[in-house]
Amino acid sequence: MAVEQSRAARKLGVWPIAGRAWTACVDNGFRRFLGFLCRRVVRRFRGAQIVADDNRRPMSRRDLFSLIGTVAGSAAMFEAMNSLAYAGESSYAGPVGLSGAPKGATVLILGAGWAGMVSAYELQKAGYKVKVLEYQDRPGGRNWSLYGGDSYTELGGFKQDIGFDKGAYLNPGPWRIPYHHQGVLSYAKMLGVAMEPFVQINFNAYVHSTKAFGGKPQRFRHLQADFNGHVAELLSKSTRQNALDGAVTKEDQEILLQALRSWGALDANYRYVKGDTSSNRRGYERDPGGGLTSVPTPSDPIGLQDLLRSGLWRQVGANGYETQHSIFQPVGGMGMIGKAFGAKLKDVIQYNSKVIDIKQDTAGVAVSYVDTRKGGAPVTATADWLVCTIPVSVLSQIPITVGPKLKTAIEHLSYSSSAKVGLQFKRRFWEEDEQIYGGITYTDQPNGTIGYPATGYFSPGKAVLLGAYTFGPGAMHYTSMPPEERIKKTLEYVSKVHPQAIKEFDCGATVAWHRVPWTLGCAGAWTEDLRAQYYDDMCAVDGRIVLAGEHCSRIPAWQEGAVLSALDAIRRLHQRALAA
Amino acid sequence: MTTHRLAAGLTLGLAALAGPAFAQRNAGGYAEATGEAIYKNVCQGCHMPDGKGAQGAGVYPALASDKRLAAKGYPTLVIVRGQKAMPEFGSGLSDMQVAAVVNYVRSHLGNDYRDVMTTEEVAPLRPKSGVGGEVKPPG
Repeated sequence: MAVEQSRAARKLGVWPIAGRAWTACVDNGFRRFLGFLCRRVVRRFRGAQIVADDNRRPMSRRDLFSLIGTVAGSAAMFEAMNSLAYAGESSYAGPVGLSGAPKGATVLILGAGWAGMVSAYELQKAGYKVKVLEYQDRPGGRNWSLYGGDSYTELGGFKQDIGFDKGAYLNPGPWRIPYHHQGVLSYAKMLGVAMEPFVQINFNAYVHSTKAFGGKPQRFRHLQADFNGHVAELLSKSTRQNALDGAVTKEDQEILLQALRSWGALDANYRYVKGDTSSNRRGYERDPGGGLTSVPTPSDPIGLQDLLRSGLWRQVGANGYETQHSIFQPVGGMGMIGKAFGAKLKDVIQYNSKVIDIKQDTAGVAVSYVDTRKGGAPVTATADWLVCTIPVSVLSQIPITVGPKLKTAIEHLSYSSSAKVGLQFKRRFWEEDEQIYGGITYTDQPNGTIGYPATGYFSPGKAVLLGAYTFGPGAMHYTSMPPEERIKKTLEYVSKVHPQAIKEFDCGATVAWHRVPWTLGCAGAWTEDLRAQYYDDMCAVDGRIVLAGEHCSRIPAWQEGAVLSALDAIRRLHQRALAA
Repeated sequence: MTTHRLAAGLTLGLAALAGPAFAQRNAGGYAEATGEAIYKNVCQGCHMPDGKGAQGAGVYPALASDKRLAAKGYPTLVIVRGQKAMPEFGSGLSDMQVAAVVNYVRSHLGNDYRDVMTTEEVAPLRPKSGVGGEVKPPG
């Protein structure tokens, strides 16, 4: 970025030192200013009645964010999102460091996912005697990877034997950890889990609409460069026609024009046109080479009208806080963290334990559970305190002695829908044929997302690609299909972007979260109304019981939410234990 | 940041950035036209193709031969408002679609109730405040 700007600065006859000052300027307050400008642009565009692929649909909030993100860059995007309370910053403030548990105090923890294991680990360090009951036969909860040789049976009895090659995996749940999720990253580091970069943005991946450009996928770099270029040209035109006089001083307008030329790859006349400048941004028709065949051929930008009407601008540059690099993934699959945490806590986790009743009184807590493998009569575990991380979709069906406020909160949160499909192919055709190494392609087909493995690049042999990642109604549709149909449909959708897919297909695996026996959904589906009514009650300590998990956080559906929720919950529980 | 400030920020943000278009937002819509199509593309994800529900750590109740379906308002309320683990579907389904799927469930899957839910009877059962949320890609 800085190099590019310095080059631009040199072209403008400015010394590199000015380029550096310029970079700082752009990175700081200037983007706010761009944010302001783009609100003007948005109004103007709305006036012109932008219609995308779907004429009936008004511009949604997400669309607007996409547009803001595209026009002003991610800083303005984040600012706008933040004002709408979407982006959640982790408030992880280092190790929780609890100590001095009352002598002989015991804590029972329900669930061995992130929240349960963080609670067990920290409370044990603080001096509590802990025990964890887990429904499944493995640790991690939604921190989970499916590997070849695994079998998975979803609700309804649909069983899959996963046929992936050694080392290949599908992360059915979380698959990325942004750099600011310091809680998750700190525990992963403590556990010695190796991390590698996750690729969110790949300029050479595609954005695809069945209704635009004849269904031909478009390279992300073309769309982004062209959208930025056209918007920069429009804004510079407005500036030069004095349309911004009231908003920007004459002096600042000169700076703005320089900025727009640099940001939008405009030519000397503030135009975004075919040529060396724009091709240096969007890529060439024929790249510069060596020797006597070195002359590059510039590429043709997509026209503004085609771009606007395609609707593909929605996916260009709309990166919220959680999807900004650096982003990480554990080497070998997300589930490596859960496995490592489970190994560390192996002496205190009891697997295959289905909780059927939770009681408390002034003396302590008592939890009844049954062994899911051996069956038999329920067993009761007792303790002084209880951390319950069972998803409330399940907890709402378990008898529990808590006050009416917590009970009501538990009964008012359902879980959102999401489904993923992993497809194993005989070779990495996306790398070999299309030079796509990691990253994401977006499509308007029901599969929504194609995620390329950000690991094992250039390897010969089979590899697993994320063929579908869906939310909302689309995910409900996916959930309603038997697994083999999800895989079949996904292969069809992927082949619209990558025609090689049909020939290269090997096998697939899929998880639809509403059919996952131990969550009944993906994550707590909070709305603003629900949060206002029930969130505080959900998180408050009730007698000897406190809830924890992503559903007790403001970073829902992210692992960091579960970690922070647990740390906050056990801090309060510890205080209460000390006061008791 | 407090809830009130968030709410205020939201209101202002919407007003400043977008205008009235957002007033109509919902969690997304379903396009299915018949009760059968809605059941097979949406409901059976949890209640299963045969309507017999499922059991894991929690339960999806059976709709097959379910006596609670005798009162047509009951399934209608659960669909438009949700209940415990069951999400609300009112923001994604029109009154006509809700009535269609209620009628389908009450006359199939081993149920044989003859009275019909009309489209007009759905609206009064909807919650007074909007419940639809945005769909945000998780981690």
